[in-house]
Amino acid sequence: MNKFILAALVSGALALPSFAADYTIMAPAAPGGGWDQTARTMQESLQAEGISGNVQVTNVPGAGGTIGLAQFVNQSNGDRNALIVGGYVMVGAILTNASPVTLDQVTPIARLTGEAIAIVVPASSALQSVDDLAAALKENTGAVSWAGGSAGGADHITAGLITKAVGADPTQVNYIAYSGGGEALAAVLGGQVTVGISGYSEFASQIEAGELRLLAVSTAERVPNVDAPTLKESGVDVAVQNWRMVAAAPGITDEQKAAISADIEKMVNSASWKAALESRGWVNTYLAGDAFKAQLTEDIAATESILREIGLVQ
Amino acid sequence: MDTFGLLAEGLLAALQLQNLIYALIGVTLGTAVGVLPGIGPALTVALLLPVTYRLDPAGSLIMFAGIYYGGMYGGSTTSILLNTPGESASIVTALEGNKMARKGRGGPALATAAIGSFIAGLIATLALAFVAPWVVKFALAFGPAEYFALMVLAFITVSAAFGDSALRGLTALFIGLGLGIIGIDLQTGQARLSFGIPDLLDGIEVTTLAVALFAIGETLKIAADRALAKEEVLAVKGSIWMTKDDWKRSWIPWLRGSAIGFPIGAMPAGGADVASFLSYSAERTFAKRPEEFGHGAIEGVAGPEAANNASAAGTLVPLLTLGLPTTATAAIMLAGFQQFGLQPGPLLFTNNASLVWALIASLLVANFMLIVLNLPLIGLWVKLLTIPRPWLYGGILVFATLGTLGANGAMSGRLGPISFSFELLLLLAFGILGYLLRRFGYPIAPVVVGLILGPMAEQQLRRALAISQGDPMILVHSPIAITLYVVAAAAVLLPLYLRLRGRGDVLGQLASDED
Repeated sequence: MNKFILAALVSGALALPSFAADYTIMAPAAPGGGWDQTARTMQESLQAEGISGNVQVTNVPGAGGTIGLAQFVNQSNGDRNALIVGGYVMVGAILTNASPVTLDQVTPIARLTGEAIAIVVPASSALQSVDDLAAALKENTGAVSWAGGSAGGADHITAGLITKAVGADPTQVNYIAYSGGGEALAAVLGGQVTVGISGYSEFASQIEAGELRLLAVSTAERVPNVDAPTLKESGVDVAVQNWRMVAAAPGITDEQKAAISADIEKMVNSASWKAALESRGWVNTYLAGDAFKAQLTEDIAATESILREIGLVQ
Repeated sequence: MDTFGLLAEGLLAALQLQNLIYALIGVTLGTAVGVLPGIGPALTVALLLPVTYRLDPAGSLIMFAGIYYGGMYGGSTTSILLNTPGESASIVTALEGNKMARKGRGGPALATAAIGSFIAGLIATLALAFVAPWVVKFALAFGPAEYFALMVLAFITVSAAFGDSALRGLTALFIGLGLGIIGIDLQTGQARLSFGIPDLLDGIEVTTLAVALFAIGETLKIAADRALAKEEVLAVKGSIWMTKDDWKRSWIPWLRGSAIGFPIGAMPAGGADVASFLSYSAERTFAKRPEEFGHGAIEGVAGPEAANNASAAGTLVPLLTLGLPTTATAAIMLAGFQQFGLQPGPLLFTNNASLVWALIASLLVANFMLIVLNLPLIGLWVKLLTIPRPWLYGGILVFATLGTLGANGAMSGRLGPISFSFELLLLLAFGILGYLLRRFGYPIAPVVVGLILGPMAEQQLRRALAISQGDPMILVHSPIAITLYVVAAAAVLLPLYLRLRGRGDVLGQLASDED
């Protein structure tokens, strides 16, 4: 009961330093992945900044985060201390797995970080630009094999959107799914596939070393310090960002939501969060409140329509 | 500077007192988490990552490497003593190792595993230092078609572990293959055979199946059979150290295991489990006394244990040279590198040479520490076997249950007001399956092999055919794939030929007897 009173007090006086709430952050993935790292970076920052006295991270891996999401929705209803990390991949996974729980059943708090998806070819490839890729796709869509992360994820969706945007048939996309960006990288380096498509950081060191050629990045704007055009600049009307977010439990009160949002905002503006983002190469794409909600709805609709066109969702 | 000079410089850095202490902490923690159920090296490194943020990069990476190697050492202990493999790479070790332990030879089994791990770790770490760039080129030449050929080879050679009846072995294998289909299909994202149960979406966990079949199944069998319950288990028979004969029979398997493990570990889709299977079959093929296999052959412990440690060092090849993590622990170590602003990849060896060589040198140091730490512990471990049987098996049940709960046993199921762990239900169901298989004389290892290799083979075959747009000729398009198929064919024909020749001898002898 004390916590509720405290939470109410805090939300009533946002300008005051918030009290040290305990948080349990669920990373719906195995240790080591992007969501796990996001959760652990949050843990570090929330504790280092004194925003929270005690932060625990739990891992519930599986099925693009939908297993963790289902457990979160079932077990933390109304729990002010429970948070879950998620992202764009979860949007696709909910649709392809026909997940019984969706993001409507949690309380989205904010988008935290984002990453561009990189479209690369081996240095020895004949493809020099996005135009070459577009021409190859138009000539024979199936002959262009794409290596990327799991089926229905951000990489696959982007490959489908590109194929559609250049005027080829998205149902013919020859997408080879690997269980992570790393394995996909090996397939591209080994020349097993035509194109690699995954998060920019997965390919970054090989691009710098000249082993891979970066054709374009998927975001609306260029990636700072990276010499590559966006897809839009290259004449392909696609803009995708692989974002990560944090959400709170279903059934919490508006006051509780406001208190959590204030804590997260404080964390995002802290020096330790900024330093952690920089060292990991993540881009701050903080977006909260109604703007985030609108963006989320838009992303879900766009994802559903392209997954239908690729044929992954009936 | 040449490689030797760089390595010597790295050794000097690693031998600083501070770094030695980090390595010691690492190997001790690693051994502990290797032995304890439900907590693996990946989770340990993840938990320590925030703590090390304040340490210097070299120190914390050295500690992680110690945990990584230590976990590989510790994993074999429960396999050998309790028939409870904690990870997929030590499943094969349980086959012969536990048989040895039950004959009072637990000491030599643990010793050959520890020394084999040490030698494999040494060879593989040196290989990492000297030949990593070439190994990585070889590993990258493996595309889906080559991986599929490797899986075919593994399937064929592993069938040697089927025991006496091919029909029973194949039946067990197909149970495993069937279980392997469960879960989300990677290529299409569609769920298969999950019956709407979310816990099944990610497939059957290999360790749950292995622990259930080995530990629970065995406990049930002992409990069901009065004669077996009264049978004495010899805790120690003869020396707890290896005899001269043990050494003679172990050293070649150690070397062979290292040679198999290192390159397979370096392959992005290889893995320590595949390496340990191949090593086991190799030892069985080349053994002087193949009839001992299945009854506690020391070669069957020495080879696979060396292979799984060499493969652990092998996974560092793509991690350091390509920035490519191929195991969960490697993925977290990569996060550790990035935390310090280091980018593993082709430029790491040039940009941060001193750090890389200090890391490689500390792997050597950690390896020495592990053997010093582990050999004296053997005397203590084998005492476990003097525990009276009902207590020992009671303990194994607790151990297996806690391990499963700790690893993935969230209370995810719900039946009315009662929540339960679905993973534990699976453990129990597979335990009963394990009992029935034993009861009717079916081998259990092929079930686990099917679950591990089946999905890998399927994914690689489908990737290969997708890339070639359905042209099956891609499967034999490269010299590597063809070579692997030839080796697989030899693995089938060679024992047949030897048997025929053997029978010829016998027939000849019979004929001469008649004279």
